Amino acid sequence: MLREMGRESIADLFRGIPDHLQLNSPLNLPATLSETETLDYFRELAELNTTRITGRRMASFLGAGAYDHFIPTIIDTLISRSEFYTSYTPYQPEISQGTLQAIFEFQSMICELTGMEVSNASLYDGSTGTAEAVLMAERVTNRTKVALAGNLHPEYREVVDTYIRNAGIESVTIPYDQTTGTLRIDAIAELGSDLATVVVQSPNFFGGIEDLRQLGDATHKIGALFTVVVAEGMSLGQLLSPGQCGADIVCGEAQSFGIPLSFGGSYCGFFATREKYQRQIPGRLVGLTHDAQGRPGYVLTLATREQHIRREKATSNICTNQGLYALMTTIYLSTMGRTGVREVAQQNIQKSHYAASRLAGIDGFSLRFSAPYFNEFVLSCPEQADQMLDALKSHNIIGGLPLSRFFPEMQNEILICVTETTTRKEIDALVEAMEVKVKSKK
Amino acid sequence: MIKKASTHISQNEGTIFERSRPGRVGYRLPALDVDESPIESLIGRDLLRNDDLAGLPEVSEVDVVRHFTRLSTWNYAVDLGMYPLGSCTMKYNPKINERVSRFDGFASAHPYTPDELSQGNLRLIRELEVTLGEITGLPAVSLQPAAGAQGEMSGLMVIRRCLESRGNPRKIVLVPDSAHGTNPASAAICGYDVKTIKSNENGSVDLDNLREVVNQDVAALMLTNPSTLGMFEEHIVEVCQILHEAGGLVYMDGANMNALVGVTRPGDMGVDVIHLNLHKTFSTPHGGGGPGSGPICVTSELEPYLPFPRIVEETDATGLKTLRLDFNRPMSIGRVRAFHGNYSVLVRALCYILSLGPDGLREATETAVLNANYIAHHLMDDYEIAYHGKPLHEVIFSDKHQQKYGVHTLDIAKRLIDYGFHPMTIYFPLIVHGAIMIEPTESEGREEIDLFIDAMRSIAKEARENPDLVKNAPHNTRISRLDEAAAARKPVLRWIKPNDK
Repeated sequence: MLREMGRESIADLFRGIPDHLQLNSPLNLPATLSETETLDYFRELAELNTTRITGRRMASFLGAGAYDHFIPTIIDTLISRSEFYTSYTPYQPEISQGTLQAIFEFQSMICELTGMEVSNASLYDGSTGTAEAVLMAERVTNRTKVALAGNLHPEYREVVDTYIRNAGIESVTIPYDQTTGTLRIDAIAELGSDLATVVVQSPNFFGGIEDLRQLGDATHKIGALFTVVVAEGMSLGQLLSPGQCGADIVCGEAQSFGIPLSFGGSYCGFFATREKYQRQIPGRLVGLTHDAQGRPGYVLTLATREQHIRREKATSNICTNQGLYALMTTIYLSTMGRTGVREVAQQNIQKSHYAASRLAGIDGFSLRFSAPYFNEFVLSCPEQADQMLDALKSHNIIGGLPLSRFFPEMQNEILICVTETTTRKEIDALVEAMEVKVKSKK
Repeated sequence: MIKKASTHISQNEGTIFERSRPGRVGYRLPALDVDESPIESLIGRDLLRNDDLAGLPEVSEVDVVRHFTRLSTWNYAVDLGMYPLGSCTMKYNPKINERVSRFDGFASAHPYTPDELSQGNLRLIRELEVTLGEITGLPAVSLQPAAGAQGEMSGLMVIRRCLESRGNPRKIVLVPDSAHGTNPASAAICGYDVKTIKSNENGSVDLDNLREVVNQDVAALMLTNPSTLGMFEEHIVEVCQILHEAGGLVYMDGANMNALVGVTRPGDMGVDVIHLNLHKTFSTPHGGGGPGSGPICVTSELEPYLPFPRIVEETDATGLKTLRLDFNRPMSIGRVRAFHGNYSVLVRALCYILSLGPDGLREATETAVLNANYIAHHLMDDYEIAYHGKPLHEVIFSDKHQQKYGVHTLDIAKRLIDYGFHPMTIYFPLIVHGAIMIEPTESEGREEIDLFIDAMRSIAKEARENPDLVKNAPHNTRISRLDEAAAARKPVLRWIKPNDK
């Protein structure tokens, strides 16, 4: 090839890079690994991680925005088709109809679950989706103050804080009731009438189900947009949809729908709104149209909102969706379908309530909050949560998330998650281990 | 003659909703192993759904498999052939990456697993940080940003925090007119005004003009290097000096790192911050539009400002080394994404780097540049080359020669589909009228590239002899050009049951 081009050497092709900038020795990286060595290297690393099936093989009651749900086998089979995972963003609709139609179906299913009219093609995850919701509310209302729930996922809150710091947006916190753990609805009326949006999460970070109807009414009374965050998408299988409660924006995390935990990513943020705001929505949108012969087909649409056209005036700097993960969500929601999603949600409710009643029945333990919950609840222990959880590890149990990590006043509290994958045997073992721990102290 | 493609049966398929039949299911859960209580007794009735989710489909497993398999056959993909998309770097996605990322110890790990039970994941993150630090020459790395655009935003925030701590965040970010649209959009999110600077006749930064516009208000210059014209910024060292002397910083958009890995390092040029697109340079799959991953690499001086948490190494009394997450980062820009970023993408990228090793990475760069130059050489007679210079990994033409026959860039792109290729990047960069941007990557062997060259030359001939054939392309796809204006005028963004319309 060089000869045809009349070039002498590869180095010839790099003449545009000044000599003094060119490396004269190889990068200081490990020597090339063969396929076998590569597999061994990663196998060893993987085995250093404790999960239900690797490392020390422990049962886990962790949730808090990342949920261990059943994943149908066909999801991985289907997304492993090269035509899906090695394809590009569908800018060329004639040869991207597979991706485009799947996203159209994703948008339709998110609308159904959330009770909203328009969904985008997905965002990075629930946390950045929440930040995008705040930015959108500012665009729609031209107001620069937002109220965020005090029981919003703390990492979502941190991400929102990062996004708004330089955007001239100010945030206030809505307090939660110390007994129920849910938001104080009376506090919303006191927020004033200059808010862009009130952002609430349901189920909230403590697992409690918010009264979205009342929160929505209170929010609209002060003239703000009502944003509902759903960090546990599976809850929509049984809980009243935010759309039915007057939500203007619904955003959240679709990880529960067939996406592996993967140490926190990649996940799939969803974002839905009312039709009247569809030209303000961040991210990609897929719409139905026709070709000259009248055959239906799908295209990326309303691109005039986007950065490649609008540059610094775009609705968002976002340049992608979570294509393959939106596809996983779509395959999950198809496979489980109307019946399965409801059944999974139902099992989560039944099992978490079984666990909560057993745990709260142990002498010295109680549920911290009184609000109804979906698959997570806060357990108050008679001693420091960290000590409790350390003791559980020797029983091969990761007992949940110590809330002191985010709420210093909650030294004895553990956030416990129970899903359909948690067995009764594991719950009973958790109860027993906790009993052993408190008895040993006496 | 079209050599790579011929017509083929293409199955029809409606939406998944149209396959739905009442009562059909495609799953089975284990029976509930606790006593069941009426759900209304556990959660108040007014908090429960009352709409039955009737809009979700009811289908069998075979329905789902057939549906999505048929949809998949309507896509073009890297595994089917060359994707000459300039600036997008559509290289081959090694299968071992896919296998490794699915190992149970990675895929089943909860992000809040205590540090001592996550040592494998923390080590992997640490390893990739060190590796990317070496490749870029910018040793402090954050893997948290979820995609390139988020990396840009995070990198600019790091710059802003640094300038704040020096006393003044400043007001303006300079962006060349050849830059990707995410650059100005990201700068805007960081609270900066964007000032566009013009490229000179070679498509690179005009040093005199730069000296004029750089002042105490300029926070940073966002520079893509090689530029979106595929050419190395020859005066990069001077560019960095001009910024630094005025107290500003240099942000390098790393979208085109595939031209540089193993050959030169941004850190050695004087760049302060770079983002990488792991889904471009480091072979992780595009997935039809995500997930990406956009790590940022910065100088040691900027390390305190990176997103938290950071991974730190601790040695206990027995000399045992463990890694732990450090949340106490008072100077940090904050968190840009929940948990640890797109971890499953990180696993793939490290797998790629270790599989290639230092020699393989350099060879990949060299091959990518060779392939692009070979294409430039063979297409120069048929297409107008936009800028004469020394192209690296991509080459930019325009439709100037074809316009006189009424054939435009879009037509050429669409006709290329009939030849069995994905179109090239078109109408970008914006400074080239009718831009045709071609990046073959190192993944293509000579045979596929020759097929591509033949196709492009054949299209040039068609444009001269039978322009309508090109203007009405594609001819061999399931659907022809779609009415995008109609889609935007009256958006239909979700499926609605025919009788509900």
